[in-house]
Amino acid sequence: MTVLTPPAPEREQDRGRAIARLTSMLRIRRFEERCGELYQDEKIRGFLHLYIGQEAVATGVMSCLRADDAVVATYREHGHALARGISADAIMAEMFGKVTGTSRGRGGSMHLFDTATRFYGGHAIVGAGLPFAIGLALADRLQGRDRVTACFFGEGAVAEGEFHESLNLAVLWQLPVLFCCENNLYAMGTEIAHEQAETDLALKAAAYRLPSWPVDGMDVDAVESATRRAVAAIRAGEGPHFLELRTYRFRPHSMFDPGLYRSADEVAQWMTRCPIATYSARLRAAGWLDDDTLAGIEQAAREEVEQAVTFAEQSPWEPMDDLLRFVTSEEVRHG
Amino acid sequence: MAEQAQAPMPSAAAPAPESPATPATVRMTYREAVREAIREAMHADPRVFVMGEDVGAYGGCYAVTKGLLTEFGPERLRDTPLSESAFVGAGIGAAVGGMRPIVEIMTVNFSLLALDQIMNTAATFLHMSGGQCNVPVVIRMTTGAGRQLAAQHSHSLEGWYAHIPGLRILAPATVEDARRMLAPALADPDPVLLFEHALLYNVSGDVPPADAFVPFDRAIVRRAGHDVTLVTYGGMLARTLEAAERLAADDGIEAEVIDLRSLRPLDEATILDSVRRTHRAVIVDEGWRSGSLSAEIAARIAEQAFFDLDAPLRRVCSAEVPMPYARHLEQAALPQVDGILAAVRPLVTR
Ligand SMILES: Cc1ncc(C[n+]2csc(CCOP(=O)(O)OP(=O)(O)O)c2C)c(N)n1
Repeated sequence: MTVLTPPAPEREQDRGRAIARLTSMLRIRRFEERCGELYQDEKIRGFLHLYIGQEAVATGVMSCLRADDAVVATYREHGHALARGISADAIMAEMFGKVTGTSRGRGGSMHLFDTATRFYGGHAIVGAGLPFAIGLALADRLQGRDRVTACFFGEGAVAEGEFHESLNLAVLWQLPVLFCCENNLYAMGTEIAHEQAETDLALKAAAYRLPSWPVDGMDVDAVESATRRAVAAIRAGEGPHFLELRTYRFRPHSMFDPGLYRSADEVAQWMTRCPIATYSARLRAAGWLDDDTLAGIEQAAREEVEQAVTFAEQSPWEPMDDLLRFVTSEEVRHG
Repeated sequence: MAEQAQAPMPSAAAPAPESPATPATVRMTYREAVREAIREAMHADPRVFVMGEDVGAYGGCYAVTKGLLTEFGPERLRDTPLSESAFVGAGIGAAVGGMRPIVEIMTVNFSLLALDQIMNTAATFLHMSGGQCNVPVVIRMTTGAGRQLAAQHSHSLEGWYAHIPGLRILAPATVEDARRMLAPALADPDPVLLFEHALLYNVSGDVPPADAFVPFDRAIVRRAGHDVTLVTYGGMLARTLEAAERLAADDGIEAEVIDLRSLRPLDEATILDSVRRTHRAVIVDEGWRSGSLSAEIAARIAEQAFFDLDAPLRRVCSAEVPMPYARHLEQAALPQVDGILAAVRPLVTR
């Protein structure tokens, strides 16, 4: 936990960074809320997994990555994509299934890709992103680059074989991977105690002999400082690190989830720890945030989201003639 | 699979070459051919590396990579733990990250532990990313029966993989193809799976100069004939050619033998062109019959050359049973020369 002191001229930079973190979390929140509405309006279809409640994690981790680092995420990745710098327009258009989307409407909400920001999905097979991430890291190792690959997954993935195979291999080969386990306590409707014999996931990961830290995933500063330490160590050649980011999703697993497995009370309890509300309060207490600034951030976020919706609405569809493109590279070129 | 396949094998030899070897033609075993291809690729491109179970210190479970650890070192000849999903996935990631990995899986049966990575990641990435992320990985594995390794080491599942859009599936049946197919596979921007039949590793054959190599996506007519088309690939090529010789000698039937080489995409033109001349076709496939590659080929012939056919299509496939251990049962389960003869003879009346 960072303890904030009143702003002094030399703290101006810190204030700027804090405001940027708040802005990032708010952008994600407003974007996700709007996605939920657009789902009800049947503009977005398929599965939609909202990130509301977990914004501090993507925001804190991304703020420590360099442009040439890589990100591998799951189907719950809009927030990661936004925080990584992919435009809200392209993300929204992808969910609308438009040709201007990150994947030209072929991926949808669960498969956002952007090689320009080295954002490699969008993996909707639980656990499948981990082997892929260690491969990216292996390529960096073999090519002598000091890049880091950040791999996000939920605590549900910890029960998959890929988790264990990948941690083992990453440590054996000392690969530059940051494993970011977002423990939101539920894998769909299964609470962690029903699927993990050891529910302390940082402890479990430590069995693979890598630095492994539990982090308050509701506190963006805590996420940021843990990530900064881990990334510096990985870049310095100290091998993979594991963060268990303890967090909570405020919304259902997906738009099909009736929410039978947890009480309204429990959700309400966690909502008192909303990462945006608590962070705003902290910045106000430090004198770093006032009503006008917050209103400005809010307005900018809403405008960006509305602009994205308009962009997605007005974007064209991929021509039907291109159905078979992108199956092989030849078809990419010839399309 | 914990042994190197060094012992002499039951003969699956391709027929002797018809023309005398030119100076540039080299004779070697199938195993040496794969090894030479890997060595050449590693010398040609620093991005190429090999990874798999026991490929380094042990030399490969079929001794394909023997000696390469000394030559290239452990960074480029990577022994992996028993983690098929992780190291195949790592190969996919490394390919996207700019490397040109050759991933070795001991046998196709074990590839099922990596099936998710192959199917859901390698084959889908280009499409799911709207054309951004091609996956230039090469995955080699052994396939096929004939060594009494029973029901978890002997199957021919390449037909399953040929079902999947986004993958290229190759089955080198000759020493030349074993030697020459790897380079274009590595040059392919998309995932390529190479299936090497276990019985072929000890077979010797000629490798003509590289410029004689027929592109890897073309089927090849290995024996010309006008009475019937026999379509096959991989480990079944040798016995199909043997059956063709028997048909010529005993029955006066001239069979044309097509080696598919590429199971996906299929070179339909070569198959259909042959069937339109012979008016009869038999497909010989070590895979099972139901829902199979042989069914696919038969369907394509029926769809596109039905009115050229003078006789029903026939298939010679493995019996629909998990591969048994006992030698007599294993042999009975596999397509044999006699089975091919029995399938062809009633089709060709003279
Ligand atoms: C291999 C696999 N099994 C099952 C599913 C269905 N599924 C999708 S998300 C999910 C829960 C995953 O929970 P967790 O990893 O904790 O991530 P969260 O959804 O909480 O972000 C399940 C079971 C899947 N997509 N992939």
